[in-house]
Amino acid sequence: MEKLIEKYYRPRLPHIWCPGCGNGIVTSSIIKAIDKLGLDQDKTVIVSGIGCSSRASGYLNFDTVHSLHGRALPVATGIKLADPELNVIVITGDGDGTAIGGNHFIHTARRNINLTVILFNNNIYGMTGGQYSPLTPTDSKATTAPYGTLERAFDIAELAKAAGATYVARGTAFHANMLVDVIAKGISHDGFSLIEAVTQCPIYFGRQNKKGDASAMLKTQRDNAVTVEAAKKLSPEQLEGKFKIGVLHQSEAPEYTKQYQAIIDRAQKGAK
Amino acid sequence: MAIKTIGKHCKGCGVCVTFCPKQVLGLDALGKITVVDETKCITCKQCEMRCPDYAIFVEKK
Repeated sequence: MEKLIEKYYRPRLPHIWCPGCGNGIVTSSIIKAIDKLGLDQDKTVIVSGIGCSSRASGYLNFDTVHSLHGRALPVATGIKLADPELNVIVITGDGDGTAIGGNHFIHTARRNINLTVILFNNNIYGMTGGQYSPLTPTDSKATTAPYGTLERAFDIAELAKAAGATYVARGTAFHANMLVDVIAKGISHDGFSLIEAVTQCPIYFGRQNKKGDASAMLKTQRDNAVTVEAAKKLSPEQLEGKFKIGVLHQSEAPEYTKQYQAIIDRAQKGAK
Repeated sequence: MAIKTIGKHCKGCGVCVTFCPKQVLGLDALGKITVVDETKCITCKQCEMRCPDYAIFVEKK
């Protein structure tokens, strides 16, 4: 790991994340996946939006774009279309990706463009002080919901699948090695890949909801996560309150940049 | 094995101490990571894998 930090991180550690924040674990899983696949650092672009998770792009030694709030996907789409040879990885958060960037999210999934999106789900807007996001569970306390949230949370994996994503996976900061595998598969997949990385926010989400410290929140992830294979053997009652981890959905569909190139070829042929 | 800790990176969250199966690690008076008994280490690297701050590295010798 120390060698990976020298190779793939900019020399500006320690990072700004709070003590016990899982974002550091998820970021290292992304780096391990990139290293496992042997991606060229000069041919890999990391794009992020705004928020705690999106700070990750600033620590990574690639060509990175720290874009606008919620707009990581349109920026990444532009980069991918300009040069489809690049590996474009998008780092976004639950608020960034599903609230302000929710519309971009479903339409990028619908296009099935070959991007890998790693959505850090910490259930809260951490950077701005703990406002609830579309992925905050019902009845959770937040700065903007002192008596608990009324709204139901998105199941972002189901949303991505319904919107047309061709690879959907979920991992957690606790299952860090498994997260490396699902991210690596997502990068290798030819099409839109969404990886939901469940991570802990012990300061703004954990403290308000009495979830304990970082270690306790990691143990909660351990106890509530069920692998896709194990979930098949369990009844719906046994799966109550649990969430599945692993590759949740994978399918084949025409990839956008390839279709785009085909149209360019067809048009140029007609012009001659 | 060799355990390397970087005090400058450590924020004292205690995740490594919790998940160490052999009680090798502890926090010092300043709340930073410290190695209590290196001889007990079995190189499982759970601390290295879960450290959010890249403050601990375990190498097999």
